[in-house]
Amino acid sequence: MKNLIISPAPHAHNNDTVQKTMLNVLIALVPAYLVSLYFFGLGALIVSLTAVISCVLFEYLIQRFLLKGKNSIVDLSSVVTGLLLAFNLPSNLPLWMIIIGALVAIGIGKMSFGGLGNNPFNPALVGRVFLLISFPVEMTAWPRPMNNWNIFSSYIDAETAATPLAMLKGHFGELPNTMDLLLGNMGGSLGEVSAIALIIGGLYLIIRKVISWHIPVSILGTVAIFTAILHAANPELYASADIHLLTGGLMLGAIFMATDYATSPMNGKAQLFYGIGIGFITVIIRTFGAYPEGVSFAILIMNGVTPLLNHYIKPKRFGEKVKAQKVTK
Amino acid sequence: MKTFRIGGIHPTDHKLSANIPIETVALPKQAIVPLSQHIGAPAQPIVEKGDHVKVGQVIAAANGFVSVNVHAPISGVVTKIDTALDAWGLPMPSIFIDAEEDGDEWLETIDRTPDLNRIYKLTGKEIIKKIQDAGIVGLGGACFPTHVKLSPPPGSKVEVLIINAVECEPYLTCDHQLMLERGEEIFIGISLLMRALEIEHAIVGIENNKKDAIELFQKIANRHFGIEICPLKLRYPQGGEKQLIDATIGRQVPSGALPIAVGAVVQNVATVYAVYEAVQKNKPLIDRVMTVTGESVTRRGNYLVRFGTPLADVIAQAGGIPENTGKIIAGGPMMGRAMSNVNMPAHKRTSGILIMTEAESVRREPVNCMRCGKCVEACPMGLEPFLLVRQAEMRLWDDMEQNAIMDCIECGCCLYSCPSNRPLLDYVRMGKATVGGIIRTRATQK
Repeated sequence: MKNLIISPAPHAHNNDTVQKTMLNVLIALVPAYLVSLYFFGLGALIVSLTAVISCVLFEYLIQRFLLKGKNSIVDLSSVVTGLLLAFNLPSNLPLWMIIIGALVAIGIGKMSFGGLGNNPFNPALVGRVFLLISFPVEMTAWPRPMNNWNIFSSYIDAETAATPLAMLKGHFGELPNTMDLLLGNMGGSLGEVSAIALIIGGLYLIIRKVISWHIPVSILGTVAIFTAILHAANPELYASADIHLLTGGLMLGAIFMATDYATSPMNGKAQLFYGIGIGFITVIIRTFGAYPEGVSFAILIMNGVTPLLNHYIKPKRFGEKVKAQKVTK
Repeated sequence: MKTFRIGGIHPTDHKLSANIPIETVALPKQAIVPLSQHIGAPAQPIVEKGDHVKVGQVIAAANGFVSVNVHAPISGVVTKIDTALDAWGLPMPSIFIDAEEDGDEWLETIDRTPDLNRIYKLTGKEIIKKIQDAGIVGLGGACFPTHVKLSPPPGSKVEVLIINAVECEPYLTCDHQLMLERGEEIFIGISLLMRALEIEHAIVGIENNKKDAIELFQKIANRHFGIEICPLKLRYPQGGEKQLIDATIGRQVPSGALPIAVGAVVQNVATVYAVYEAVQKNKPLIDRVMTVTGESVTRRGNYLVRFGTPLADVIAQAGGIPENTGKIIAGGPMMGRAMSNVNMPAHKRTSGILIMTEAESVRREPVNCMRCGKCVEACPMGLEPFLLVRQAEMRLWDDMEQNAIMDCIECGCCLYSCPSNRPLLDYVRMGKATVGGIIRTRATQK
């Protein structure tokens, strides 16, 4: 008889792979991507393609020539990083800035720690914040969503508009109505504008069990409660909860950025604390800080807290607390 | 519908051999009977070379309390008492019996008629004694002597008997088929065990993928006192003792404790049938139903196998080993062990043979852990497999002990659900062995 294969149990696997997980994230990003193509036209296409191609290329080059490890781009994680980076950029950002952002995101944010799973901070956000601090003017001039379909002008000389959050900070301009906020008809980064598209993507991720509800719900819940209290205390000074929930990068951050596996806690209980932390810091920065937007910073700060949360907040062990319960007759 | 509260997975159940009637495997020319088919001290041989034995005769006696008798599965002559090798190359002291004539001459005391015996005449103590003498052990896989479980330590109180009819391992169907064909017998067995434990309440936990068995058992339960059927939501590892107790009565056995700590005793449904046969028919444990299955197996099904029959003979009756076989597993795909050969005899521990094709046998290369936490989500004991693995790699034994590595039941949920295909359970098992050794050494030094 020929030799049999010997290996320890289990002999079955659910056939899930890193690649399939990343593919699911990409699928979940499609609705928001379509909305940004609709509103920002050619600009969205140019920015996203540049970001994705340069992220993949940098990962390949670093893996091949610096780390000399096994080719890792097939796992699609750099495509996700690239697309998420693009989602966080204005649609008329100069290409060389995008390429620098991609290099920082992949080179410093991810590969310098050893690649996928080893990075302490969300690579796309590292890239974005680097760009925001280095090029504050370009990073905060958001093109106005197109109302007529003049594709070619959309990237080159797009009209810029302030975001609703910037309007709140400076008390100027007229806030878009709630419907526009939901659909995404407002100034903002490429992928953050349409709350509905992002929520559809989020539901897809939860249904496919790529992410659990803990992080998005705790972030959005915290922001909603905190801003509602502030609004109730002084409606003149503080915007209402729905404005906060539907504007800026909150939806994108809560659903796609904060849920990044490597940089978020590993059990549901710790994830709730992590989400509450992000929601809290976001509102603090938005209402009391110098920047109009705080989600990126809030997520990066809580990324730093993640190892502590993992260490101190453990999942509930079996038999930890014996429930005194009568046997059902 | 009820289920356990922490972790768990939903593997495809692959019950390919469901509803195939039990078929008896032909008796072997030579039976190899291991002396240790149970947890505890191996039995002591009481026959010598040249002795003639009949089916059901005691050939090795229990050696102490946590030990059981071993009986002759076929009639014939004892040719030697020697070491046989199991499927992993480890020595098994065994008694070799060569069949004489057809090898099927039984002891006269054994009732071989198929008639039901509903007369309860033994006291609890006598039932327990009979169970030990008949060599009955837990047939769910652990092979812990049944009479020990029926003798709770002084000061503890049994409230409920839980019958494990979950069969949550994918592919295996032997318990299911036994329930369909021997329902009445199993209920008499449950009543006997309730008598032995001096309780009036038993719960049979059956997973929802066995609707016909649930229906049949509910019908029979109406005629029996104190036996309740509890349909359970399909979820692995529901057949784990602690998970089943949690699922049926909502109590969690504390870390390191036995089910008796929450007032429960758990017995497998096949064990219950063996108890019926031992007490009511005087038949010791010399055979069991096992599943022979796999996508490529031509005559897959449920086979009644006399112990001592080489597994190769069992597979031959099921159509032989297919050409493209990669792995042959003793047990199911989640907790079974891959065998290096099939010459090992069937015994109390072998609940099934799963033949996997070469394509099914491949383990993918592991890639980086991306800290997705799927293993934490899946762990039914609420452990953190990713962390235990890191600590095992770094040999941080104390930290592993603090993180409750000894609670691990080795169900394989973590490895099953890892997208990076990390060898999680392999490392945890290694850590568990080392930490267990450290704990035992510490205990002896005190």
